Amino acid sequence: MPPAETETVTATGRSAARELLGRWEVLVAGLLLATLIVGQSLSSEFLTADSFTTASLDLSEVALIALALALVVVAAEIDLSVASVLALSSAVMAALWNAGLPIELIMPICIGVGALCGAFNGFLVAHLGLPSLAVTIGTLALFRGLAYVVIGDSSVTDFPVAWTDRAFGNFAGTAIPNTMILFAVLAVAFGVLLHATPFGRSVFAIGANVEAARFSGLRVKRVKMWLFVMSGAVAALAGVVISLRNSTAAANVGQGFELVAVAAVVLGGVSIFGGKGSILGVVLALGLLGAIQKSLTLAEGISSYWVQIVIGTLLIGSVLGPNLVRRAREARGGSTTPRRGPWPSRRAATPNAPQH
Amino acid sequence: MSTPAESAVAPQAAIGSRSGERARRITEIAFRVRELGIVLALALLIVVTGILEPRFIGAGSLRNLALNAAIIAILAVGQTLVILTRNIDISVGSILGLSAFMAGSLLSNDPGLPIPLVIALGMGLGGACGLLNGVLVTFGRVPALVVTLGTLYIFRGLAFLWTDGRQVNAETLPDRFLNLGTDSLLGVPILVLFALVVVLVVGQCLRNLRFGREFYAIGSNPEAARLAGIRTDRRVNTAFVISGALAGLGGVLFTARFGTVDATAGTGYELTVVAAAVVGGVAIFGGSGSVYGAALGALLLGSITSALIVLRVDAFWQMAAIGALLVLAIAIDRFVSLRLEAALRQRSSRRATG
Repeated sequence: MPPAETETVTATGRSAARELLGRWEVLVAGLLLATLIVGQSLSSEFLTADSFTTASLDLSEVALIALALALVVVAAEIDLSVASVLALSSAVMAALWNAGLPIELIMPICIGVGALCGAFNGFLVAHLGLPSLAVTIGTLALFRGLAYVVIGDSSVTDFPVAWTDRAFGNFAGTAIPNTMILFAVLAVAFGVLLHATPFGRSVFAIGANVEAARFSGLRVKRVKMWLFVMSGAVAALAGVVISLRNSTAAANVGQGFELVAVAAVVLGGVSIFGGKGSILGVVLALGLLGAIQKSLTLAEGISSYWVQIVIGTLLIGSVLGPNLVRRAREARGGSTTPRRGPWPSRRAATPNAPQH
Repeated sequence: MSTPAESAVAPQAAIGSRSGERARRITEIAFRVRELGIVLALALLIVVTGILEPRFIGAGSLRNLALNAAIIAILAVGQTLVILTRNIDISVGSILGLSAFMAGSLLSNDPGLPIPLVIALGMGLGGACGLLNGVLVTFGRVPALVVTLGTLYIFRGLAFLWTDGRQVNAETLPDRFLNLGTDSLLGVPILVLFALVVVLVVGQCLRNLRFGREFYAIGSNPEAARLAGIRTDRRVNTAFVISGALAGLGGVLFTARFGTVDATAGTGYELTVVAAAVVGGVAIFGGSGSVYGAALGALLLGSITSALIVLRVDAFWQMAAIGALLVLAIAIDRFVSLRLEAALRQRSSRRATG
């Protein structure tokens, strides 16, 4: 595991204002604001209640997944199987509904299945010590495959209207979709869990330096296990949501969601090497992704294919930008970060492991 | 580089080279066993399927097997180079898409274009994409997973912009190009020959040339590789350029084989390619594995799919089976490497105290 890449120790001389401006969340919020302004100038339909509703509905499941994934990434692991867990959950939901079970019973079962999937990932990663990137590429295929085994290429569309309306509808006459309320609740829950509990601190500690965390008595295996279980359970919840929202449960839902969720997490300032990040950043990044998607789709004369290009560029830029700034500072000799190790100028250029 | 660092490193290097000999032998054996394992699994699969369904070992069926694996194998070779250096390239599917559409539209517009030129252009385009990845990783210091996730989107987006909903059809392509995907030379499909040449050339370079060994050195210990005078950044760049160029080659061959190409060509290939390399014993943390293993991994994955079809196993089980195999392969690798680690522990402890 490459060291460094932990939270930068802030120099004491820095003023509070500069500290605030230097925060990643402020930058993402600024970008979000800029997107809102540009989006409005491209299309007058952009800043309307309607477009907020559709944009946030479209992002519901990715948003839910990204919350739990953020914690996994902070712990310097990754879970690429989330979209497949979502699909498996959707398939199980379809199969159980066909079997005649009541929907109120099906939903907790689906979430339980997701938690089991997560426990399987967690066991392989935490207890057998396998690299999570490779493991979850494997379970990405495995869980999606199981989804097809469960339901084949058929789909179920006759869920009770009361529940599909609930998933698709808005909250108490506002423009806020119910799914966003669910997201907000989970965001607060995960925010508190990560930033205000001993569990959250241990997630940061494990991500920053797993050896140090182990030697200071943290139960690394147990924490990692829980992170994957949560990631699986939330992905399964997202599977229930997407099935009800679209009134369709099938094995092919959510293909590629794992990459969008990872993009949101990285864009939100969570270091892919772990030890750094915040739920607020991820929430803002999700807002940014939604705003970009919506504004480019609405804008006339601009192909919506640009969405992918803009998101890809932002993703790389979000890590490249700060690196180049640091590089320029180092070149001027005004580095504010303490130099670590005997080879300071080359250290960060080490071709790092894809994760860890 | 500071002086104390240098003096501290010198004795370590000396110790490393002495006991390194033994360690290298152990590693070598482990690799052979690993590749042998895939060959055995492959043989077992083919024999068992052949007994249950004799059609499976017919010449035509085996030919198809190799054809299906050829393009994935070519991409897996490039991926291996990148993974060896502790990086990853998940943009290969998008690069393949770009190159496939370029080859298709070039030949539709001007059927007279010489095929080697089209291949060179495809590889050039892929190589340029790979160079962008490499520069962002080395100069930009951005983690490879982030870079190539970003360029996965960017290259695919560019392909969509470029195609603008159009697709290239087989009718508009010259026959001599399409024959590339179907013809054989001395009984071996040309597509498979391409894959064989790529695997052998890169495999032998990695095995025998100083240039090739440097990839392993970087993946094993980037810091030590740098101190040993290896231009790590340049090698990492090279790995990405080769991976991109081979994805470009894969794109041209994709068009030759399938004839019909749109902007979605090669979507999701990145995961299959990484899976092939991992099943083939390439360690995701770099430093170990071979392109032969990766190519065999591609063949094994392809064969499982074909075998399940021939055995009339419900098609829905295929993906689950491949996923389970992948997880199993990773677990077995871990088991083998734990044993290796025990053998190497003596050396590491001496290094730590040296």
